[in-house]
Amino acid sequence: MAENIRVLLAKVGLDGHDRGVRVVARCLRDAGMDVIYTGLHRTPEEVVDAAIQEDVDVLGVSLLSGAHMTAFPRIIKRLGEKGVGDMILLGGGVIPDEDVTKLKQMGVADILLQDTPPNVIVDTVRRLVRDRGAR
Amino acid sequence: MIKIDLDTAALEKEVRDWDQNEVKSFLAKQREKKDQFYTSGGFPVKRVYTALDVKDTPLDDVGLPGRFPFTRGPYPTMYRSRNWTMRQIAGFGTGEDTNKRFKYLISQGQTGLSVDFDMPTLMGYDSDHPMSEGEVGREGVAIDTVADMEALFDQIDLEKISVSMTINPSAWILLAMYVVLAEKRGFDLNKLSGTIQADILKEYMAQKEYCFPIEPSVRIVRDCITYCARNMKRYNPINISGYHISEAGSSPLHEVAFTLCNLITYVEEVTKTGMKVDEFAPRLAFFFVCQNDFFEEIAKFRAVRRAYARILRDRFGAKNPESMRLRFHCQTAAASLTRPQYKINIIRTAFQALSAVLGGAQSLHTNGMDEAFAIPTEEAMKIALRTQQIIADETGAANVVDPLGGSYFLESLTNDYEKKIFEIIEEVDKLGGTIKLIRESWFQKHIADYAYETALKKQTGDKTVIGVNAYVDKDEKFDVELHPHDPTTEERQIKRLQRVRKERDNAKVNALLEQLVQVAEDESKNIMPVTIELVRAGASMGDIIERLKKLWGTYRENPVF
Repeated sequence: MAENIRVLLAKVGLDGHDRGVRVVARCLRDAGMDVIYTGLHRTPEEVVDAAIQEDVDVLGVSLLSGAHMTAFPRIIKRLGEKGVGDMILLGGGVIPDEDVTKLKQMGVADILLQDTPPNVIVDTVRRLVRDRGAR
Repeated sequence: MIKIDLDTAALEKEVRDWDQNEVKSFLAKQREKKDQFYTSGGFPVKRVYTALDVKDTPLDDVGLPGRFPFTRGPYPTMYRSRNWTMRQIAGFGTGEDTNKRFKYLISQGQTGLSVDFDMPTLMGYDSDHPMSEGEVGREGVAIDTVADMEALFDQIDLEKISVSMTINPSAWILLAMYVVLAEKRGFDLNKLSGTIQADILKEYMAQKEYCFPIEPSVRIVRDCITYCARNMKRYNPINISGYHISEAGSSPLHEVAFTLCNLITYVEEVTKTGMKVDEFAPRLAFFFVCQNDFFEEIAKFRAVRRAYARILRDRFGAKNPESMRLRFHCQTAAASLTRPQYKINIIRTAFQALSAVLGGAQSLHTNGMDEAFAIPTEEAMKIALRTQQIIADETGAANVVDPLGGSYFLESLTNDYEKKIFEIIEEVDKLGGTIKLIRESWFQKHIADYAYETALKKQTGDKTVIGVNAYVDKDEKFDVELHPHDPTTEERQIKRLQRVRKERDNAKVNALLEQLVQVAEDESKNIMPVTIELVRAGASMGDIIERLKKLWGTYRENPVF
């Protein structure tokens, strides 16, 4: 498969921890993907709209503030409203295990926790895009 | 300079001889693990250090504690007189919730308080603002008005215990609330000791909490410094922080060098008002991380003290030795903590804390073992506090000032650090200064580059992280008990905010907000007095910030990765 996976990475809410999201951005870019990073302090609605506009395969959302159980449901709702419920939604950050399970049940494809190695991040994105199949 | 009798030629000959004999024959039997060893920050380190490595170091550079250049510590007796302040940060829920944690920590022997605020408070939003949804009281305590501050410090004697507040763009409003609370309770402002972080420049570089563009934000910091210099003699109006630069991914060298770049900018801004450097510099305080590389961290602390002393004396013409002695709070490295085998975080934290003590910290926060999961539980905080108490009272490490001073290795690494710090400062000066380079993402790029390198080194195993890329426990089941989030927090908090809004004199608040705008427009004025009047009249943090955003606008970074 030609490597033209498009990824939009986002930070939502007031959380300013952006070390992880920048590392992820660079890993994916160095692996040949097209990466867009929204920068900080976006609303869930803004990042979904940006992901649609940029026609990405994967929307990655990083949260280390503990607000993930508020932010992800809003993102999933917006994706549904906009008719792109099949966009791959990936989460990352400091998220307790029980919430990881809940988020996956809600439709988050995978959660990359702290210290996920760069090669695993790249492999995860490729696998998710491959499993989804051609659009 | 004091001369010591060193026969350089004889020592050089002896080292050569040792290299040719003992070392050579030993290596023939057993090679070393690597061809070249480095500190975690990338400084090459040698097999062994001798007097030759410090033969060009003037003994005055090492000096004595409490005396210029303060390499060995800011005070002559250090922990022999008084231990460092054991200051565990705490904050969650409402003022009442955190007040209970404070009282618990004090009952366990903690000697200073440190307040962690929730994201809305840190970013200047009221708890009922749409951006605050899901974040109220989550990562810290929620503060909207003076009423919250009253609950937070209820029955705590603020003349007896120092209080540090980790807050930046909205720091001056919290300071104003603290002043109003102190007055209400009859405390003397000149007896209050404590710190507000208020280091806005490192926010644009690293932690990314900001409300306004850079210039008005720096002006507010300037106003806090001059206000405190005149009205709160024992209060630190700023805590110039490398911690967040490091946690955002920088090298330890960049942590201290960038922090001193920020220091220089603040001192320049304050002296432009006509205030003399010796009027405010003695109350400038610092905050650094202690990472895993034990000796490197100690060298870093010693070097930054020396560099600071020289900057204040030589660049800014300080005359008072108190202006030249760097005092710092230290926190163990949160980003070094792991989820896997999380209990070993206790060990990591203990070594980091020991390096802070051997490096001469004035106060210390040790992280909880569970912080890779959530904010710490009471149990985790107790163990973290006990770690400090063991270092203070059982190990004997606090009995001698700068016990590693004079170590060939440590002095050599301290010299290397100081040299590199000044090279970076010179580069920043040459490229146009700190604020310009923040706008150009120069610092941010350096930080992101090192964070990425670190991630790659962890992947390859070049940087060992026990439990993550070495000694992995494949069948580990997490039995961690996490700090519970109270779902009623947001509702309780908003209720109080709305009560305050209803009970206050709104006409008075509005008139004061107009005054605030006039003061804000006139850069020669100090923003503190009108802010104090505002919070006394019941204005919320959001009232003040939103009004000023209309005047100054906001800030959006150009993200680099």
